[in-house]
Amino acid sequence: MLLFPCPNCGPRNETEFHYGGQAHVAYPEHPAELTDREWAEYLFYRQNTKGLFAERWVHSAGCRKWFNMLRDTVSYDITAVYRIGQEPPALRTSQPTTGMGMSTTRQGTPEGVQL
Amino acid sequence: MVNTTESTDAQITDVQQTHLTARRHSPAEHLWAEFAKTASAEARVSLREIPFQVMVGIRVDPLSEGGRRIGAVTGGLPTACGQVTTGVAGMAVLWLGPDEFLLVAEEEALDGTLAAELVAALGDGAGQTVDLSSNRTTFELAGPSARAVLEKSCAADLHPRAFSTGVAIATVIGNVPVVLWKTDNETFRVFPRASFADYLGRWLLDGMREFTVAESTTWH
Repeated sequence: MLLFPCPNCGPRNETEFHYGGQAHVAYPEHPAELTDREWAEYLFYRQNTKGLFAERWVHSAGCRKWFNMLRDTVSYDITAVYRIGQEPPALRTSQPTTGMGMSTTRQGTPEGVQL
Repeated sequence: MVNTTESTDAQITDVQQTHLTARRHSPAEHLWAEFAKTASAEARVSLREIPFQVMVGIRVDPLSEGGRRIGAVTGGLPTACGQVTTGVAGMAVLWLGPDEFLLVAEEEALDGTLAAELVAALGDGAGQTVDLSSNRTTFELAGPSARAVLEKSCAADLHPRAFSTGVAIATVIGNVPVVLWKTDNETFRVFPRASFADYLGRWLLDGMREFTVAESTTWH
């Protein structure tokens, strides 16, 4: 069982939550001016990160609110949760990886986050 | 509309209401006989349904003007997960989300004007108050083993240090989304949606069996 720290409800079982995909994918400012390819990339192209990843979750069986979470897709470590609309918290760089990670350092900013 | 017409309308509504009240069915009434078998003086845990409670769904920002006016009717609105505020006539407001609350009250304790009062209190403020009385039914699980029964299939931390008397949370019991309210040391109220009442009622009865079977002294 994995405990997710919901910003509203505190630690709850992961089965109470639903996944919302990569976080911080901004809606295009002028969607009508995009080419089909750019629009398709906005709609469907997502990071496939191995490591720390910013993603959206909804506490569907609890407070029913969306929030963002920084989760390691290899170790399932949850580094931070923060509210929708907030920037991801600054992270320490050069954290040593554990387990089966190939690299020895991590990016300071998780993939998929455009600051 | 003049006053005399209003009072006539109210009388007709009362008669119709009484008529309807006598004919309605609660979602788990077919299980009442099974529930009754769990109740005895020495029972470790017992289960009953409390049918037809008044429930009102409230969606409002508690810090807004409308939220404050609604709070004045209900005896305040809870501000954090787990909190329950109590008001007049046994009215309780459970926290479901930062802007979502569930008002629960005994039907007998209210005079039927609550919904209208809440709508008037919200006024033109952003939000909604909706009568959800038929949405959920109420189970009451009580006894020294009540927590042990729930913990079989509820992943939320129900230890008294995390879930004390008076706390209510929205969570999941045996795959059924419920609101769980600890009303006393060994008493839990479970609010499943009506269509889950049969399943959850049987599920809880099954979980209670090991605690309700009479202890045998002939075991070897």
